[in-house]
This record gives sequence, C-alpha cells and structure tokens, in this order.
Amino acid sequence: MKKYIIQSIRLTLVLIVLLCIIYPISIALAGKLSKGNGAGEKITKNGKTIGYALLGQSFTKPEYFWGRPSAVSYNAAGSAGSNKGPSNPDYLKEVQSRIDTLLKYNPGLKKSEIPADMVTASGSGLDPNISEQGAAIQIARVAKTRKISEQKVKELVALNTIKPLMGLFGPSSVNVLKLNLALDNL
Amino acid sequence: MNTELIGIIATFLLTLIIAIPLGKYLAKVFAGEKVWTDFLKPLETGIYKLSGINIKEQMDWKQQLKALLTINVLWLVYGFFMLIFQNKLPLNPDGNPGMTPDLAFNTIISFVANCNLQHYSGESGVSYLTQQFVLMFLQFVSAATGIAAAVVLFKAFRDKTTTQLGNFWEFFIKAITRLLLPLSVIVALILTFNGTPASYDAKDQFISVQGDTVNVSRGPAAQFIAIKHLGTNGGGYFGANSAHPFENPSYLTNMVEVMSQTIIPLAMVIAFGYFIRRRKLAWTIFGVMTIGLFMLMIPTITSELGGNPELAKMGVSQTTGAMEGKEVRFGPAATAYWSTLTTVISTGSVNGMHDSTMPLTGLWQLLAMMINGFYGGCGVGLLNYFIYLIIAVFISGLMVGRTPEFLGHKVEAREIKIAALITLLSPFLILAGTAISSYVFINHGDAAWAVQPKNWLNNPGFHGFSEMLYEVTSSNANNGSGFEGLGDNNVFWNVLTGVIIFLGRFLPIIGPVAIAGLLGAKKFIPESAGTLKTDTKTFALMTFAVILVLNALSYFPALALGPLAEYFTMLK
Repeated sequence: MKKYIIQSIRLTLVLIVLLCIIYPISIALAGKLSKGNGAGEKITKNGKTIGYALLGQSFTKPEYFWGRPSAVSYNAAGSAGSNKGPSNPDYLKEVQSRIDTLLKYNPGLKKSEIPADMVTASGSGLDPNISEQGAAIQIARVAKTRKISEQKVKELVALNTIKPLMGLFGPSSVNVLKLNLALDNL
Repeated sequence: MNTELIGIIATFLLTLIIAIPLGKYLAKVFAGEKVWTDFLKPLETGIYKLSGINIKEQMDWKQQLKALLTINVLWLVYGFFMLIFQNKLPLNPDGNPGMTPDLAFNTIISFVANCNLQHYSGESGVSYLTQQFVLMFLQFVSAATGIAAAVVLFKAFRDKTTTQLGNFWEFFIKAITRLLLPLSVIVALILTFNGTPASYDAKDQFISVQGDTVNVSRGPAAQFIAIKHLGTNGGGYFGANSAHPFENPSYLTNMVEVMSQTIIPLAMVIAFGYFIRRRKLAWTIFGVMTIGLFMLMIPTITSELGGNPELAKMGVSQTTGAMEGKEVRFGPAATAYWSTLTTVISTGSVNGMHDSTMPLTGLWQLLAMMINGFYGGCGVGLLNYFIYLIIAVFISGLMVGRTPEFLGHKVEAREIKIAALITLLSPFLILAGTAISSYVFINHGDAAWAVQPKNWLNNPGFHGFSEMLYEVTSSNANNGSGFEGLGDNNVFWNVLTGVIIFLGRFLPIIGPVAIAGLLGAKKFIPESAGTLKTDTKTFALMTFAVILVLNALSYFPALALGPLAEYFTMLK
C-alpha cells in the first residue's frame, strides 16, 4: 500500500510537468503563429479595438443589423444561455415582446417571415451570426435609415454570408459585426 | 437533402473512419506489440523511472484496484486544497476568489470522476493555475484511469485462465502517452488556428461599435478543450461550454470537437475484440451500441428540427428549427446530434443549452444517461456495458436451463451478485437523489443556503422537475451536462451531487473489474455445442432487451413526471 502511495505521488508530479507545463506552453507558443497570436483575433478601427472577430456584440440602433437576443447582454466575461424551457410562460411573453419590437421597427414585416433565431436567445449569449432570413428581414429598415438603395445592402449581406463548410456541411449564416462594419465603411 | 443533415452524416462517417483503425492500434499498444508510435518509448521509460515504477510487476485485480484508488484519492486531496486557495496562488490574472469548501468538494470529485459537472463558471470561478494544474490535469488522468481499468478487464479474458492482469501503471501511462496526449496536441492546434485562444493573456476590454464597454475573458482554452473532448470529460473552459464562440468557433471545429469525444469510446469496443482475439464479439457489441445510439438520436434530431410548437402558435417561422439556446453557426441538426452523443457518451459538453431543448429531446438525453452504456465514457462505457452483458448471460442461462458462461468461464452466484448490485446502484442514486431534492424543494423552501430551495428552478411545472432529475442523472452517469437553469451552487446540491458522482464513478469501476478478475481466474471451459454463444445476433438482441427492460422499469415513472408530462401538456 505504502509503495502505491509513493508511486502515486511521484507519478503525479511527473505528469504535472508533462501535462500542465510542457503541453499547454507548447500549444501557446504555436498559437503565436495564428491570427490574433492565440489570444483571440481582434478587429480594429483607427487603431482601436472595436471587437473580436468571433464574438457577437450588441446592436440596437436602426441603422445597424441586429444580432440575436442575448441572455447576458453580450457580456464576453460571463457567457450563458437563458436556460428557459420551451413552455415557460414568462419566456413566451419575452418572445412575444421581441416579435413586437421587430414588427415595430421593420414596417411591412409579416410575423410568418420572422425566423426563430431572431426571437430566441443564443446558447452562449455571444452568437456572432444570424440566419440569412434574419438578415433579409432587416434589409429594408437598414437601407431606409441609411438612405441607401436596398440593392446595395443586399450585396453587402451576400458578401458577409458564410456559406456551409465546403458548400456541403452545416447551415449558412451572416456575420453581424462584419456586415455592420462594411455598412459603416460605405 | 439539406446541408445540415449532410453535415451530421459526414461527421458520423468520419468518426467511424478514424475510430476503427484507432481501436486496432489501441489493442496492439496495450498488448505490447509493435506500433508506429514506439518512438515514444523513451518518454515512457523516463516516466517509469522517475516514478519508481517497474512495469514487469504483474498485478491481480485487487492490486489493480488498490493502485487505481490510491492515486485517485491523492488527486482528490491535492485538487481540493488548490481550489480553495487559488486566490492566494499565482497565475490568477483576473483576481478570481478561492472556492468555498462545498463547491471545492463538488468540483474536485466531479473532475477526478471524469464527470465535469460544473457548479462554478469558468470565467469567474477558477484561475489559470487551477484551470490547468487541477482541472485540465484531471481531464487527462481521469480519462486514462477509465481506459486503464477497461484494459484490466481486457486482460482477464485474453488468456484462458489467469490472475496476472498486467501492470496498472503501464496501462495508465500508455493511455496518456500513446493516445490522449498526441491526439490532444492535434486537436488543440486545429482549435488554435481556427480562433480559440491558447495564450496566457488576461482579460481584455474594448469599446464596441455602438459604444458599450465590453470585457472579454480569455486564456489558455484550446489546450483544455482538446482533452475535455478526447477524454470524454466535458467541462467547459468558459461558462457556455462549447456554445461559446471561443471554445467552438466554426462548423469545422464543431465537427472536430464532436468527433474527438466519440472516437475513443468507439475505438475501445474495437480494441476489446482485437485484444481478446474475438473480433466478432466486438462487432456484435458495436452493433447493439450503434443501433441504440440511432434509436436515441433520430427522434432527437426530428424533435429539434421541428421547432418549438409554442413559438409556432405565436406565428414565428419554425423552418430553422428550435433555436433557443442554440448557435446559428451549428444549427439545430448539429446541435441535436451533439446532444445525443454527449449524453450517450459521458462527455457532457454542450454546444447548445439542454435546458431549452424540446421536452422529447430532454427525454432522450435523460434516457441516454440512464443507460450510460452505448459507447459510454473513455473506458468506463465498456465496463458499464459489461455489466449488462453479465446480466444478459445470466438471464439467457436461466431461460435455456444451462449454467451461464461468458467467454469460457462459468458465471456463478458471486459475479451475479456484484452485477446485480451495480445494476441497482444507478436507479437507487438517481431516484433517491431526485426524491430528496424534490422533498427539500417543497418542504424547506426557505432554508438559508446560497440559493434558497424555492428559487432553485429556472422554469415552473414539469420542466422544473426535469431540471432536478437531469442534475442527479447527469451526476450518476458521470456525464456533467446540466439543465443549467438549476441554481446549483449551494451546499445542498454541491454535497448531494458530489456524493452521487463519487459512488457513480468508483463502484461501477470496481464491480466490473472484480467480476472480470474473478472470471479470469476460473478454469477455462472449451466451447462446445452446449455453449451459449455471446457473439450471435440472438444474444445481441437479448442484451438489447435486457438494457431496455432494466431501464424502462427503473425510470419510466420519473420520466413520465418530467419530460413526458411536459410534452403532453404542450400538445394541448
């Protein structure tokens, strides 16, 4: 028994060196070669960081495309979903008010055109994307507020649409932050 | 067919393409035969020397278990104190506090047991030091413990009669050097180059396009996420687990992560067959497990793609499926696929919030964890399945009126008693645990805990009951996912689930290893016309029936009160 205890202690120490020092530090060093130096790829404007490429952020102004509802208001230091069950009455009220907001700010929009992702909170609260349909229903509003042609906005949406992986696997989506920055750069 | 479905079919096929050769490779590694990774031998020899281990020393099953339990107890003590004192230790750039004793108790058991139920949140509850030196360390060694225990079982059936089951330390170390570590390096690199942070930089702050100040948690996450999946651990680096865009940046990384959590459990089944030179048996087991997986997965995908009927009633388009708690870049099909695998295999990582899935999806998730033997966790999945096999052998033996035999060894009263006790343990822990929590919720709503019992549940009615049932089931299965709406960081849940995780981990390792050790030592009876063959379709069907009947009888009432009741209420 005593032998096992001593072996356990020694083995644990050796493995800590291998698994908690050598392994993670090697990966961190290799990560320096990746975009963002392994610390998350940043998006900068005029030399200032205005966001992270992978993280969604809150857009509420009418001239911007809106992202998905977030249970944590896009707090990137406290990610979480709403964890609301599908039949929770309070939750359903919340969804109803999101539908109403969308209808109010997008005149002419029909309820049946609203895709589920625009009225439901994402899993992380940081979802950077919306569905193609989610972008399509906002084109008229953005174009009108910015006083540009709908055609132009449509083109930008198409440019910032992420196609399925290799054209085959998974859904397509639209990156909200990149799309909005492209709009600002017009 | 749409790209979402093609995506998951491709993921499953790729998993098979990797797992099958990996299984053959593992059989050779643990048998000590020549493999192409033998260039790592010097590393292993170094570890043996520094640790004072002589791998030529053979152990019987009792010595194997002693070694296993000794080192696991050591990790419990080491990790408990590290977590409590993390605020006083270095590598804590965000200044996170030390854990309370009850939270540290829960967390350390949860990670030693390969469960990774998390009652803390990754961004604020741990430091870089404890993320790496405690949690990530345990993700490696707990997976290796499970694999080594399974290899001990393999050894018992390789030779005709033997008490010499090899050296536990050798299996344990090889599981790390020949399997977990090399694969982790590959997966971590893929993640890093797709955007997951891997550096030790502290929290960042920026002003967003609309002018909000945003704090961003970062840190060495890629390293952690690789082993969290390969070792079927499942504990997230960030609070939102693999739904977080840093943990899982794209559809590609999503495929890589869900494949990494699946390949080792699949490979272990193949390895079993090749190791004991009974390939047909392995394929039979593999077949039962795969059919079981599909029976759970297909209805899950259908239910999520169908969307939320309550939202449909409100007039919202449900063509994109149910999206609450899900991420657009994965979509409902890949999220449903993941949710089945993460509950069938005891990973428990999530790429979408299970609490917000449809009632029937919740039913399949719960059932997958209750069965806990279709593939199952690293090594331990096969141990759980072995118990089902022994029960099936016993019942078949009774039906045809012969002494039950398994692989040429008589299965007698002692082995059956152990198997029966292990079988009864799960329903006992799950049902008693849920009953106690329901009782406290109803009768002691005002107890002065960090979260008062009356505020535990994030959802009313049947779904609230499911939250408690899920928490306890996940603990017993060492799964670690949760209906995360549950207010679980308080002394009640920390202690209750801590105890359940501990019993649900170690007894189902001790039981099967003991049975295998006892059987392996018995006289070998050559196969004859009267032998009950365990590698036939008939016996596969028998095992499947045993699994179905045992679990249905144990859990139907609880499932009826939770997800089924919610489903039927929503139909109204």
